[in-house]
Amino acid sequence: METATKKHSTPKTSVKMTGAEAIVKCLITEGIDTIYGYPGGAIMPVYDAMYDYKDQLKHILTRHEQGAIHAAQGYARVSGRVGACIATSGPGATNLVTGIADAQIDSTPVVCVTGQVAKHLLGTDAFQETDIISISTPVTKWNYQITKASEIPKVMAKAFYIARSGRPGPVLIDITKNAQLEEFDFEYEKCTGIRSYKPEAEVQENQLKAAAEIINQAKKPFIVFGQGVILGQAEKEFKAFIEKTGIPCASTLLGLSALPSSHPLYVGMVGMHGHYAPNKLTNECDVLIAIGMRFDDRVTGDLNTYAKQAKIVHFEIDPAEISKNVKADAPVLGNVNKSLVKILPFIKENKHESWMNEFKKLSTEEHNIVINDELTPKGNDITMGEVIKEINSVTHGEAVIVTDVGQHQMVACRYSEFNKTKSNITSGGLGTMGFSLPAAIGAKMAAPEREVISISGDGGIQMNIQELGTILQNKVGVKILILNNEFLGMVRQWQELFFDKRYAETPIMSPDFVAVAKGYGIEGRCVTDRKNLKAAIKEMIDSKEAYVLEVKVEKKGKVFPMVPAGASVSDVILK
Amino acid sequence: MKEQLYTISVYTENNVGLLNRIATIFLKRHINIESLNVSRSEIEDVSRFNIVTYITEDQAKVVTKQIEKQIEVIKAYYHTDDETIFQETAIYKIASDLLFDQREIQNIIKDSHAEIVTVARDFFVISKTGRRQDTEDLYNQLKPYGIMQFVRSGRISVSKNKMEISELLTNI
Ligand SMILES: Cc1ncc(C[n+]2csc(CCOP(=O)(O)OP(=O)(O)O)c2C)c(N)n1
Repeated sequence: METATKKHSTPKTSVKMTGAEAIVKCLITEGIDTIYGYPGGAIMPVYDAMYDYKDQLKHILTRHEQGAIHAAQGYARVSGRVGACIATSGPGATNLVTGIADAQIDSTPVVCVTGQVAKHLLGTDAFQETDIISISTPVTKWNYQITKASEIPKVMAKAFYIARSGRPGPVLIDITKNAQLEEFDFEYEKCTGIRSYKPEAEVQENQLKAAAEIINQAKKPFIVFGQGVILGQAEKEFKAFIEKTGIPCASTLLGLSALPSSHPLYVGMVGMHGHYAPNKLTNECDVLIAIGMRFDDRVTGDLNTYAKQAKIVHFEIDPAEISKNVKADAPVLGNVNKSLVKILPFIKENKHESWMNEFKKLSTEEHNIVINDELTPKGNDITMGEVIKEINSVTHGEAVIVTDVGQHQMVACRYSEFNKTKSNITSGGLGTMGFSLPAAIGAKMAAPEREVISISGDGGIQMNIQELGTILQNKVGVKILILNNEFLGMVRQWQELFFDKRYAETPIMSPDFVAVAKGYGIEGRCVTDRKNLKAAIKEMIDSKEAYVLEVKVEKKGKVFPMVPAGASVSDVILK
Repeated sequence: MKEQLYTISVYTENNVGLLNRIATIFLKRHINIESLNVSRSEIEDVSRFNIVTYITEDQAKVVTKQIEKQIEVIKAYYHTDDETIFQETAIYKIASDLLFDQREIQNIIKDSHAEIVTVARDFFVISKTGRRQDTEDLYNQLKPYGIMQFVRSGRISVSKNKMEISELLTNI
């Protein structure tokens, strides 16, 4: 064991230690208290070093490296801090790749540490050697291979600085075994800047004025906000901005929970399965104000018919996003936590009541044709929507909703009520099935005081179901809801609508989930009848420990409204 | 929008992985790189990439921004041919006996202002610097006699207008 003084002091002067111990020291100094991972040959020295620091750095052994990185992502997204994971070389490192790509496209700050074969073996096809640097290059914000111990402090400091600053993202640090074993004089200094990297531009007054002029003259302005508001911790500033301007606003999938869903100016979610009014009226507004979002194709549909009539104002931290998909008439470069404050003095107070009424009219239409039937169905089958409604009635919008990918994701995101920010954790850009369960584990560990509910389909839950083992070993109190429709539902919906009802490989068999849960020592229940639903949900939420609730839902349900792929947002269909 | 040749100039920190990162940006969009040159720049410890591609201006804008987004990239610019002074160098290896047997070759070399780099017993090497057409013309003239080896460098270019890169760096 280390001596107490060595363990608890941040070294100001240099201390002799191995590279492996230095890695652990760096993680702790950067505020990492929990790391998700899986050991193996090439990373064993770091695991050995971690053994001495158990009281400062908790290692969570997941059951698969994909589980480790998704857990780190869930941790990062709920806490707003950097998540961390660790894996061995070769298969350990490649198993991280899906999660790295997910974190990259959804701007999640994570630092991944991977072991690598010793320097003298690099390039020899050594046992468990893969070139993870090349593999991860297109899906990391930055990556680096450390081959000597003396590089560790600088590189690790840079890794954390890059992951968390500007538009956040994943960083991978690959470290050869010899560098872990070497002894050197360790000294750590946090990184405060890199000359070739400017995390965020200073907000320009001329850009603010140009944007303000367009906003002030708008008759039918419309705001679409994204995760940038959450990442910039600009929820308050955003609320002040919309309340002064009185502009109706809609969220992207990842923007959800940045604004309470009950806010009077909130008109729903845009995108392929978003709400009717905001999709339709995108093509009627005269000014579209995009805030911390990137005009993903699932949001815009056909770009040639997207908001062509409108002037576009784009508040954005990443210069590469400006005019990438939709040309900005007035870009406002910078972090929205600054630009939304600085623009306020130039903005006129306003109200847009008759314009707001147009949203309300279309929303009523959506209720009549879609929502009422989904939330209060007349048939015997349980719908996904009514399950979400029951959850709302117990959690009152206070829970963290972690979703997988598919119909249940769209339904959960459409109907969940959110009162608190950072409450919607979903794989948006990559659409990674298997995300939800491990991400919920990370989320719950980052915010143990919050209710965390993982919602998956019967398909997606089986993609990382092994993480029930992580829950078992670490007693993570996540609630696991499986909406079982006996199909890969979202694909089945497309087959029904666009592939002549040829249900190729979408019927899927599942194990007895309650029995599986039991095998892992987790309490569970299956509901097939509506009359038991309310009580079962209450039982799940009231449980102090992990709980699996399987609900057998309507087999051939479809999520509407829908903007068919490649269609215009205003061609959104209700049925 | 019409496609034309753009030269993208990238100032970077010296870093092993960067070429891969930059190449990926083109690969992902199926943009062919016509020529690539990496060298030191006018600034100490800063490398300069010259990448020539045939794209639209919109693509040039997007690609330049994506390149600039990479952590170790200091600044990236794109220019049309009119906005730059540019050259390429080609070298040609030719059997020595031709130089003496085929008198015309001497005239070709003289007229094209090519430079004789070396003359060995079996071969001689000439080089020609200029625009693509110049090195291509020389190639076509020499070809009938037989070229043992031919290679052409990537384009190197400087912009006519000032690039504010040095000032940018002194400010950081
Ligand atoms: C890893 C991965 N593979 C495939 C897909 C394609 N995909 C998108 S949704 C979906 C069906 C999901 O089925 P299920 O988990 O049962 O959820 P449901 O749609 O029925 O709610 C599939 C296969 C994906 N998004 N991710």
